[in-house]
Amino acid sequence: MLEIRDLHARIADTETEIIRGLNLTVKAGEVAAIMGPNGSGKSTLSYILSGREDYEVTSGDILYNGESNLELDAAERAAKGVFLAFQYPVEIPGVATMQFLKVAMNEQRKARGEAELTTPEFMRRVKEAAAHLKIDTDMLKRPLNVGFSGGEKKRAEILQMALLQPNLCILDETDSGLDIDALKIVADGVNALRSPDRAVIVITHYQRLLDYIVPDTVHVLYKGQVIKTGDKSLALDLEANGYADIIGAAA
Amino acid sequence: MTVINLNRQTAAEAELLSAYAAALSDLPGDGAVMAVRDRLSHALKTDGLPTRRIESWHYTDLKNLLKAMPKDQAGKVEVVDPLIAKTQVLPLANGSADRAALALGFSATPFADKLLSGEAAALLADRGGDDTIGRINGSFVKDGYVLDIPAGAEIEDAIELQAVQAGGASHMRHSAQFGAGAKAVVIERHLAVTSAQALVSAVSSLTLEQGAEVTWIIVQQQGLADTHFGQINVVLKGDAKLKLFVINAGGKLVRQEIHVVTAGAGADLTLRGVNLLGGESHTDVTMTLGHDVPDTTSTEIIRSVVFDRAKGVFQGQIRVAPDAQKTDARMACNTLLMSDDAEFSVKPELEIFADDVQCAHGATVADIDRNHLYYLMARGIPARKARALLVNAFVAEIVEELEDEALVEALEAVISNWLEKHG
Repeated sequence: MLEIRDLHARIADTETEIIRGLNLTVKAGEVAAIMGPNGSGKSTLSYILSGREDYEVTSGDILYNGESNLELDAAERAAKGVFLAFQYPVEIPGVATMQFLKVAMNEQRKARGEAELTTPEFMRRVKEAAAHLKIDTDMLKRPLNVGFSGGEKKRAEILQMALLQPNLCILDETDSGLDIDALKIVADGVNALRSPDRAVIVITHYQRLLDYIVPDTVHVLYKGQVIKTGDKSLALDLEANGYADIIGAAA
Repeated sequence: MTVINLNRQTAAEAELLSAYAAALSDLPGDGAVMAVRDRLSHALKTDGLPTRRIESWHYTDLKNLLKAMPKDQAGKVEVVDPLIAKTQVLPLANGSADRAALALGFSATPFADKLLSGEAAALLADRGGDDTIGRINGSFVKDGYVLDIPAGAEIEDAIELQAVQAGGASHMRHSAQFGAGAKAVVIERHLAVTSAQALVSAVSSLTLEQGAEVTWIIVQQQGLADTHFGQINVVLKGDAKLKLFVINAGGKLVRQEIHVVTAGAGADLTLRGVNLLGGESHTDVTMTLGHDVPDTTSTEIIRSVVFDRAKGVFQGQIRVAPDAQKTDARMACNTLLMSDDAEFSVKPELEIFADDVQCAHGATVADIDRNHLYYLMARGIPARKARALLVNAFVAEIVEELEDEALVEALEAVISNWLEKHG
């Protein structure tokens, strides 16, 4: 589903190179965890995959379902099924949450040549998905993310993911700022989306989230490269021993 | 030595004066009114249209901006649907009031009657040497409505002063008296139904007696080639509350003046303005507010979105009289510049002569927040649509302050329709 080939990328403004020859393959149906110390490029990778304009790819390629998506903007990638659950979802005053959800769902449908949802159908889907994630529908009457607690914001991200039904889900530190109950709800939401034709990339600092979203593969990112790949036991190793050994062995 | 005549008459000035001479025999008014008209048009002739040298017109160089008077006569117009469903419509077809228009719970008579009887003579006086709008309007005014809302009356349905223009020139004047404790919503709406060039001047004078609560909404949707001169003059007596909303969503050359004085403790003004500017248009909102007595309050928020090569101006002058203690006035002007060639000039002016007051003003100019845009796009909303959502959010936020759901919806529709055409 996703193949990243020798990717080099930098911050457009400062030309600081963050991703330095990264290779990663994620197959359909796979849950891949990406771990790594602070500053290794994890969040940057998620931004680049989603098409944020503040970064530029200087060489290498990102193949999504066999096609390079470097030329697509963020909206086009989203319409093709790429979804990033943000570490820090932004608050947008004046944009009603429900209006935003409806526009996003219908714009994606339009881009794929599907009919727009009727209002009753849209409402039904939102209510159902919100109930699964224990989201109070009153929260959805507020402007987008405005006044949401940290946990509410993360749940709202997963709600969007459930409604948009993407093929490639990227979770950027979705566990940060969540208490254990919220973590379980969010993990259940993600697990409900696991399917043979969908891939999930879980970016996290901690093994804890991976107890709930069990990965098929674990990749260690360091200085903009994947320096080690393993199965879920690699995450347990890291939890016990830290990154020093792996970084030392790769150096 | 070369002598330059700074006040050389422009083509538009010459056309304005000859239009007056030509219209003279058709203009309603008794001897007293005609004498005022002559005085005002004479003042226009001697002073000319204002240039940058006139302080209150510094950012709107009317002498250069007003190129010509409309060539064509106005075409036929019909009453259109009101902005919101439950409304009493008082139509102004090309500036003429409808003598058969009915008003429920208050009286509405054509302003022409007051001109003919001479009662209007005192109302036509200009505000001062820089009152070009008052002078043009007073010279040419043909009609309008005189609204008399009795004390204690609560007018349930909104009153729409529906000015529909089909090219040509129209000059209208409204006079509205809201009795003590009266409540009403008035929508002053300016529409163009053809693309023929129009010039419209509209002056409204409001008095809110003790405790009256009024929402007055000016929705200006003139055509792309039109000139619109608006002026609203307000006196707020004790505990009177005015919510004044101004939406500019049309016109090529627009100046909307707002002049308010507080005349009794507890008086409150809420001014909210939305400017949607595009093309090569020039739009100026100029406010003067006199907190003339103690214990009065006001807030002013102007939100503007400027596309293309459009220019916008907001001048906000707040004067606090020497004994007007406990005044609380807060003014903000926020602008989104959507293109490199867009321009907005803001001039806040606080003249405070009392010492126990709260007065604040702030201005921001920004582009769309990149993080917001990225977030919306990352959910599959194309850049164009995402921008429109964010711009809409920026201005709709203040429309939502109007608690009436039908009004909010109608004004949001005005905004989103404009953005769909210009975004």
